[in-house]
Amino acid sequence: MLELITVTATINGDAMTFLCEPRQSLLEILRGELRLTGTKEGCSNGNCGACSVLLDGRVVNSCLVLAVEVDGRHVTTVEGLAREGKLSALQQAILEHAAVQCGFCTPGVLMTATALLRAHPDPTEAEIRQFLAGNLCRCTGYDKIARAVSDAAQRMKEATAL
Amino acid sequence: MTYQVIGTRPIRPDGVEKVTGRAVFGADVQLPGMLYGKVLRSPHAHARIVSIDTAAAAAMPGVYAVVTGADLPEVPMEPAARLGEDQTQIKEIILAGDKVLFDGHPVAAVAALSPDLAEAACRAIRVEYELLLPVTDILDAMKETAPLLHPNLYTNVWGGVRPEKPSNIAGHIPISRGDVAAGFAEADVIVEREFRTSMIHQGYIEPQVATAKVGEDGQVIIWTSTQGSFDARGQVAGLLDLPPGKIRVIPCEIGGGFGGKSKVYLEPLAVLLARKAGRPVQLVMTRAEVFKATGPDPRGIIRAKVGARRDGTITALEGWLAYEVGAFADSAVGSGVSCMFAPYSKVSNLRLDGYDVLTNRPRISAYRAPGAPNAAFAAESVIDELAAMLGIDPIELRLKNAVRRGDLTPAGRRWPAIGLVEALEAARATPHYQTPLQGPNRGRGVAAGFWGNWDGTSSVHLVINRDGSVALTLGAIDLSGSRASMAMIVAEELGIPYAQVKPQIGDTDSVGYSDVTGGSRSTVTTGWACVKAAQDARRHLCEEAARAWDCPVDEVAYVPGTGCVHGGEVLTLKELAEQGPIYGVGTMSGAGGSPAFAVHIADVEVDPDTGKVAILRYTAVQDVGRAIHPAYVEGQLQGAVAQSIGRALYEAYVYDSEGRLLNPNFLDYRLPTFVDVPPIETVLVEVPNPAHPYGVRGVGEAGAVPGAGALANAVCRATGHRLCDLPMTAEQICLASLRHG
Repeated sequence: MLELITVTATINGDAMTFLCEPRQSLLEILRGELRLTGTKEGCSNGNCGACSVLLDGRVVNSCLVLAVEVDGRHVTTVEGLAREGKLSALQQAILEHAAVQCGFCTPGVLMTATALLRAHPDPTEAEIRQFLAGNLCRCTGYDKIARAVSDAAQRMKEATAL
Repeated sequence: MTYQVIGTRPIRPDGVEKVTGRAVFGADVQLPGMLYGKVLRSPHAHARIVSIDTAAAAAMPGVYAVVTGADLPEVPMEPAARLGEDQTQIKEIILAGDKVLFDGHPVAAVAALSPDLAEAACRAIRVEYELLLPVTDILDAMKETAPLLHPNLYTNVWGGVRPEKPSNIAGHIPISRGDVAAGFAEADVIVEREFRTSMIHQGYIEPQVATAKVGEDGQVIIWTSTQGSFDARGQVAGLLDLPPGKIRVIPCEIGGGFGGKSKVYLEPLAVLLARKAGRPVQLVMTRAEVFKATGPDPRGIIRAKVGARRDGTITALEGWLAYEVGAFADSAVGSGVSCMFAPYSKVSNLRLDGYDVLTNRPRISAYRAPGAPNAAFAAESVIDELAAMLGIDPIELRLKNAVRRGDLTPAGRRWPAIGLVEALEAARATPHYQTPLQGPNRGRGVAAGFWGNWDGTSSVHLVINRDGSVALTLGAIDLSGSRASMAMIVAEELGIPYAQVKPQIGDTDSVGYSDVTGGSRSTVTTGWACVKAAQDARRHLCEEAARAWDCPVDEVAYVPGTGCVHGGEVLTLKELAEQGPIYGVGTMSGAGGSPAFAVHIADVEVDPDTGKVAILRYTAVQDVGRAIHPAYVEGQLQGAVAQSIGRALYEAYVYDSEGRLLNPNFLDYRLPTFVDVPPIETVLVEVPNPAHPYGVRGVGEAGAVPGAGALANAVCRATGHRLCDLPMTAEQICLASLRHG
């Protein structure tokens, strides 16, 4: 039997401890052990972005991060976006713009766009598209997602101005 | 007719679940005691299985079940199965028989305590193969001397007789009318070219997944991401020789399908393994397995010929199509034939020949207007070349030859009310088309496309609760937001707010039979079933009111938004529902086709040094009949454009000479990304479908037809070179420049 490693990390604000094999990805642990199944597996080699999560605020493909690497660090998944029973501005904009079709890429898109708006609160359309280029969506043609992200940025700016 | 709800853009009922990660997709299912399955697949494209030794795998601790083709029952089946949307599955695709016929063909499957252990057990299975010559080329496969994939397969000739000898040609569809030779003799200008398209994949982001539980009483429950829960039930029942009533399929949220999730692959394996192991089993495909062993879109060779008089009147049209169907019989060429020249089918002289050809590749499945985009790419390329040669605006030329109501269809029937002319006129009037494109290395392309849309059967039922809310249960799968439009239709019919209707997708034990969500049929047929269910509920409300008023029921009227009225008296929907639940049931069959035309305009700039194509502007125009939820209709058009961009510029299966797939991943098989796809302008043309209560036409597929042609025409006008092969990669564009200087 392989030696299991104890990892302690802050996941969506909660201190959590789990056991994992050295070779296991963060994606496997999130979905399999912690049952945070909002993070999706589309390709497992970093090419589709469906498993995007925030690691210490930076967007990463959780299929390409070893679970042991997150020891002592902060992980945010799609389950951590809504706060106190309220959707984030991005989640709300994605809904209002009908920017979800099947919804499978949506969690990854939301995480990447969240990272974008934290780093660049007022992105151009080209910046939005460039930042999200690692998140494949096969349903929407990207148009409504790009508009929703832009709209969310606008709303967040207005909310801060108040 | 003015509507209260139809035509508005409410938030979808399942939206919050989708943006919070709570929606349960197939792979999110986890059952107590669940085992994990893996599939051992053939590394060869064509080989005889000499022996399979599973003893070592079965003996591994933690391995609970191993199955091979011998575990599948012998079920009598037509060799070609049933074709088209009403699909069955072939047992040798689930697990190979005495031969493997494509790279990735399942040979055995294992269930174990963990996915890793199941994979290790697969590696412990010993398979001895005797290699056979792979059939990798469409034209070679059609030759009499070609190795046969199936010694008992005879060409199914549409309207003809079965040939005497077996071959690799699964089907032949010939269509002809008038005198094509005379038509071309009459022409002042003739354009004739041969086109090639690549095998491509639907590219849904969620891989196939299935979970099954089998009780000791033989009851089977399957959780799966499928486009048709009843189709999945029927296919599993057929393959495993079980009565459908013993199987309950619980459809999960589905992460994209586009036609590719209408046939089962893993479901029967999950059931076999679960039965043998006595525990629930889940199988999930890797991305490589999805590419290698599900049902892609066919490679094709298409010859297109058009003749016209100097004024642009087309005098003859001719097409020859050979589509690869993969290792088992299927058909996509039928719709290739019927869609290829559909926008111009009023021509007197028309000949089309379509062939479905077997090769050692995975058996194809439907992909968004299956067979049509390839054919339309060829047809719209020669039509465009004709327009350029005659010096006629490409939209004008299409308008001159466009079919209208009463004209002949390709098959010789008469077109019902259609909106091709309206779509072309709307395209011509767009700000996009009205703004000239300027600058070097730039070109504008136009193309039209057709898809007939299927109807099928859908069932729904609803119950009005005591608080006046409505629980609506739908039998057809929601792929991309149809729950919203179904709730809108019920709200409209009952005259209640949209938010009062709560739709859900039922499982096969909780709702009536419903066909696969495919053929762009859902809003047409399931929507119609919702109309019927709401009307049924209205009848029951009126009966309830008549009882309360002690009057004949035919004196009671239901007024949406008000309730039941009789004389000056009113009983609201809520007041009536408080007396007890009110039910409504609706089943719809035979809605008929809802033919839909789309016109696309694309502006591109081609880098003369690298061959890279940048799409500057894109407009999709489509006759949608009536847009129930316009935002989701626009989304259908936009998604179809993005997929067309992939088909036109990037996507292709690459096989080696031995028939092994070289690029089964999203790095080497490139899907269009956020930066490859421009903002997509949409124009919804509404020529109501006269057969439908709301005038709805299917919208999902027609928009997938013209894109590749529009982009090819744009690239041609930008570079001066007609590219006849898809995808038009940067490399191909550079090579064309080098060839022609």
